[in-house]
Amino acid sequence: MKHLISLDDLDAAGIAGLLSTADHMVEVLGRPQPKVPALRTKTVCSLFFEDSTRTRLSFETAAKRLSAETLTFTASSSSVNKGESLRDTVDTLAAMGVDVFVVRHKTAGLPLSITRWCDARVVNAGDGAHQHPTQGLLDAFTLSRALGRGNDLSGIRVAMVGDIRHSRVARSTVRALHVLGASVTLVAPASLLPAAFVGAPTVPAGWPVEVSHNLDDLIGDIDVLYLLRMQRERMDNAFISSPGEYSAHFGLTKARLARMKKGSVLMHPGPMNHGIEVAVDLDTLADHGVTNLITRQVTNGIAVRMSVLFTLFGAGSEAIDGQ
Amino acid sequence: MASDNSQVLITGGTVMNRSGESRADVLLSSGVVERVEPDLDAKLPAASSGGPRRLVADGCIVTSSFVDLHTHMREPGREESETIATASRAAALGGYGACVAMPNTDPAQDNVAVVEFVRLQGERAGLVTVAPSGCITVGRNGTQLAPFHSMAAAGVRLFTDDGNGVQDPLIMRRALEYARELGITLAQHCEVSRLTDGAVMHEGCCSSRLGLPGWPAIAEVLMLQRDIELVRETGASMHFLHLSTARSVEIVRQAKNDGLPVTAEVTPHHISLTDEKLSSFSTLFKVNPPLRTMEDVEALRAGLADGTIDAIATDHAPHAAHLKDQDLSSAPPGMLGLQTALGVALSHSGCSPRRIVEAMSWAPAAIAGLEAAHGRDVAAGVPANLVVFTTEGTWRQTPESIVSKSTNSPYFDVDLVGRVRHVVHRGEVVVAEGVTR
Repeated sequence: MKHLISLDDLDAAGIAGLLSTADHMVEVLGRPQPKVPALRTKTVCSLFFEDSTRTRLSFETAAKRLSAETLTFTASSSSVNKGESLRDTVDTLAAMGVDVFVVRHKTAGLPLSITRWCDARVVNAGDGAHQHPTQGLLDAFTLSRALGRGNDLSGIRVAMVGDIRHSRVARSTVRALHVLGASVTLVAPASLLPAAFVGAPTVPAGWPVEVSHNLDDLIGDIDVLYLLRMQRERMDNAFISSPGEYSAHFGLTKARLARMKKGSVLMHPGPMNHGIEVAVDLDTLADHGVTNLITRQVTNGIAVRMSVLFTLFGAGSEAIDGQ
Repeated sequence: MASDNSQVLITGGTVMNRSGESRADVLLSSGVVERVEPDLDAKLPAASSGGPRRLVADGCIVTSSFVDLHTHMREPGREESETIATASRAAALGGYGACVAMPNTDPAQDNVAVVEFVRLQGERAGLVTVAPSGCITVGRNGTQLAPFHSMAAAGVRLFTDDGNGVQDPLIMRRALEYARELGITLAQHCEVSRLTDGAVMHEGCCSSRLGLPGWPAIAEVLMLQRDIELVRETGASMHFLHLSTARSVEIVRQAKNDGLPVTAEVTPHHISLTDEKLSSFSTLFKVNPPLRTMEDVEALRAGLADGTIDAIATDHAPHAAHLKDQDLSSAPPGMLGLQTALGVALSHSGCSPRRIVEAMSWAPAAIAGLEAAHGRDVAAGVPANLVVFTTEGTWRQTPESIVSKSTNSPYFDVDLVGRVRHVVHRGEVVVAEGVTR
């Protein structure tokens, strides 16, 4: 694996391999000194053209746990606003000796373009509505480990609810969960499904999912409720009527929580909109036998990103057990 | 004895005219066609004996040079990407004798001073006729009508806001009333912009998978329908720029059946490439309107074949490398077209060479109002604006062969059929054996 741009580029064995390596990383993180020298000769540069402190810190923590040098570039502090072209920026940073760029950009495809512009390795940390592959991996990892299932989610029913159309998380996580055998149903108003679904008599090719417009039809049968962030700005182009209307029909309300199966779990990629997609007190989940995996997703994000960075260098990296 | 440079003899080719094709040599003298007869080569003295200069056209078609209805020459304002001189050279190498220069220059071609400048720069380059289009609205801002009377008096025949389709129905209705009165043609880039905000590619399965904002086909279809009804009401003629959807072809076909004075064009890329190309996320494939599906490509080819679509126009849109080396949202839309249009048409349109000549020369010359000098049958007394091209054999474009200032062509590493061999502009040989003067 030279780059990680999209989970579509990985087969089932590739995804399972990254998750199994993440198990090792969880063990590393549990040590008194949670650090290995694997990437001590490498420089990892966060190249964030779009703000995301959480994802950036998660990647940088992962890099530091592997002993890599870390650099941070954010658009607000940069020459992006000074007339320098995007390619100039990448060339300049690459010339400083960066081994890995961790890239976040508002437009799909920019991380792939960077692989063509320089020799550094590239990890996609979210590009437009395209992919956020480490999110997909950490979701699959968190769910499969929480359920004690290893790399096998066959028979698990997942409802992914919300703004699928604009979601890179959906495109990555659906792929990862599907590869591990889970059945995913997308639940959203028609306006928030990808354009290919609009007016289509069947689910478009390439989407291993079912579709529903009614969360109440499924809420009592699913093992996993995966809620996506609903942004208020979606009102601007009439994707939703109002946050309240959306919440009433697609949010996790008290009534829906009461109908969820015991032993089912709640996931969310964060940051959460309380009162919109999550309209219950999360502390009440346990009363209904529902497990909240949201903070575990965040914790596992570091192990999964360590796994990705480590795997990029394969045999060229030093052993993780070498402490 | 030196040859008489004012005379040129095109030998061994097949002359293609509206009435048919025939083997004939073509003698050009003083800027016009003097004789079109078989075996003139044998009858006239050799160049070394004072006879006309020979252009060998064995196995080639000899016909009126091409007319591009849609060329972005980028001058004035964007000379880093292209100039009228470099675009003229690319046009000549592509077999063109005339180009309609799009008005999205800076300043825009919305007044006599700018259109005269563009025309004059074309004359200075001296390789093709540069016919400036005029804006429909001042600054292409869609709110104030451009000075149609003044620009029409200065010879402008085609008016368009190109990339900014005229959104306001009141403005378009008024503009059509002026067009009818002046006998000029409005050209619309059909797009309801409210439906395409931020779009970078065709909206469909591919955009859904790639997570790229989509340009829905309906945005083109709705504007086309509106403008056809405005044409029906006003009686003015309208030309529809670079159609891209299957439904658009059906709508224009119906409008023509209704007898409305509408014409339409298609680009070489819309009959050869699909939205799947965006899977590479390469900004080379970002164009406006976007590359669409194979179903659309096939409908456009059929529309071109049956005459629903009158013309092949390049939408030649050079962009300097640093403008394309950005993310897909920031990179400007457009690709080169002049040097590859014939090759792409012969390779991908499914049309006969004759239909291609009709769509690249005869029809666009009339739409552009250039029929006095361009798109004429090759006959005695006609201005000598001619192209000689092969319809067989393949070639590949290389970055070095591009004479535009930019290299944003999608046609590298692909075989193209047929090639321009010679071009004569106003009696002068501007391209000989594929090389410009």
